[in-house]
Amino acid sequence: MEMIVEAFMFIFDSATDVAPIVIFLFAFQVFVIRERIPNLRQILVGFVFVVVGLGLFLVGLEESLFPLGRLMAQQLTDPEFIAQVSGHIDRALVWQDFYWVYLFAAALGFSTTLAEPALMAVAIKANAVSGGAIGVWGLRVAVAIGAGTGVALGCFRIITGLPLQYFIAAGYLVVIVQTALAPKMIVPLAYDSGGVTTSTVTVPLIAALGLGLAEAVPGRSPLLDGFGLVAFAALFPIISVLAYGQLAALRQRSAESSTELAEETDHAL
Amino acid sequence: MKDSLIALSKDAIFSVRDLAPIVLVIAVFQAFVIRQPVDGLLSLIFGGVLVVAGLTCFIFGLRIALFPIGEGLAHALAKKGSAFWLFTFSFVLGFGTTIAEPSLLAVANEAASVAVDAGVIENTDDAIAGYALGLRLIVALSVGVALLLGVLRIITNWSLPLMIIAGYILVIIVTTMAPPEIVGVAYDSGGVTTSTVTVPLVTALGVGLASSLKGRNPMTDGFGLIAFASLTPILFVLLYGIVTQWR
Repeated sequence: MEMIVEAFMFIFDSATDVAPIVIFLFAFQVFVIRERIPNLRQILVGFVFVVVGLGLFLVGLEESLFPLGRLMAQQLTDPEFIAQVSGHIDRALVWQDFYWVYLFAAALGFSTTLAEPALMAVAIKANAVSGGAIGVWGLRVAVAIGAGTGVALGCFRIITGLPLQYFIAAGYLVVIVQTALAPKMIVPLAYDSGGVTTSTVTVPLIAALGLGLAEAVPGRSPLLDGFGLVAFAALFPIISVLAYGQLAALRQRSAESSTELAEETDHAL
Repeated sequence: MKDSLIALSKDAIFSVRDLAPIVLVIAVFQAFVIRQPVDGLLSLIFGGVLVVAGLTCFIFGLRIALFPIGEGLAHALAKKGSAFWLFTFSFVLGFGTTIAEPSLLAVANEAASVAVDAGVIENTDDAIAGYALGLRLIVALSVGVALLLGVLRIITNWSLPLMIIAGYILVIIVTTMAPPEIVGVAYDSGGVTTSTVTVPLVTALGVGLASSLKGRNPMTDGFGLIAFASLTPILFVLLYGIVTQWR
């Protein structure tokens, strides 16, 4: 019952969230383009779906993904659990003791990204534009490895409490150097793939995981250490896709030079 | 009617597929690593069902309402060739879609409750709602500016990598001046803005514009708007942190 009342409140709130974009679009259609809106009824029904859907989704987040992220963080950092899996230890915990957290984070980042529908569409397009140099599976695995590494490294940072900006600044430096070296056509694709990994379902879960870790690990503050996982998940795919493009270019170059060599020997014969 | 039911069930399959890897990874860890009973399992499952149902309705609604008008407008305005309306539209599109972005809503609320626990803002409903709304408005403003910049870049044909690199360098410099509490939230808001609502509309705008300008390749020139949309929120939230610090 409580959840139903809550759902109605969320749906009411989401109506006010969606209102600006609806008003803007209608205003542009009427005053700038000056055309009637085609399929007006279908569009109005669609907006009702948007509002109700957003409301239900947000209630569901509060009830499932947020608590789940926190729960996993608590259980995996519980000193009793760590003592159980790594034999009995009577010393203070160090960052190496939290290896299940890193494994969990990597598995989560990797699997959610690999299954991301938006990424499949991008990979198929990229394959077509590059004339086959960029493989569909290769790109998807590259982005997924990037996301998995990113989330795992982000957890390591929260547990150790190292400053976020050092990691991000170092990551950006790597991206800048890679951008200068990588083949031109992969660059926009790489930048966009950072955005692709952070889907609507994944973001709340890893945000909750980060905050849960910062709450559970002694000496960490949620405010200073809890955020940043989403940023890691968005940054590392850029690096891994650029690296993948560089590898593909290298392979192509060596393949070309070996066919040239073969042609030359043909001529010689 | 039958067609829309088929479309709706397709969207449902996509939502399930979005959630499936998460459920799978967590289930494996619960069953083989943690091996403890989970409290409130029923409400977790019910919440998960709501997430799938909500996401399905949301995406379905976007597909039959928001995307057709948005894409139609983007193409019509790109063809019309009026720079003023094109810029206005890009800004408004970025702002409006970001305000309605579900993951930004979720993260802004979390950020507000963390700020309460840390004593940065007062623990009243007004203060919490105000903080979350302020954050969302700043991020929405920054995405509006990002699209403006991105459209300007497509028209003027400026180099994308150069602009992005300049942006990253600027972010690093501004970070050193920002209060530490805002840094994490700022960096996260960059990844949050680029999901369900924004990406399809923004891509339509970019590709539509690039295909209606001479000598542009929609494949390479149309993209990159998203890259701006994930860079400017970081910068704006950091600046917001610096400005509010002085008050």
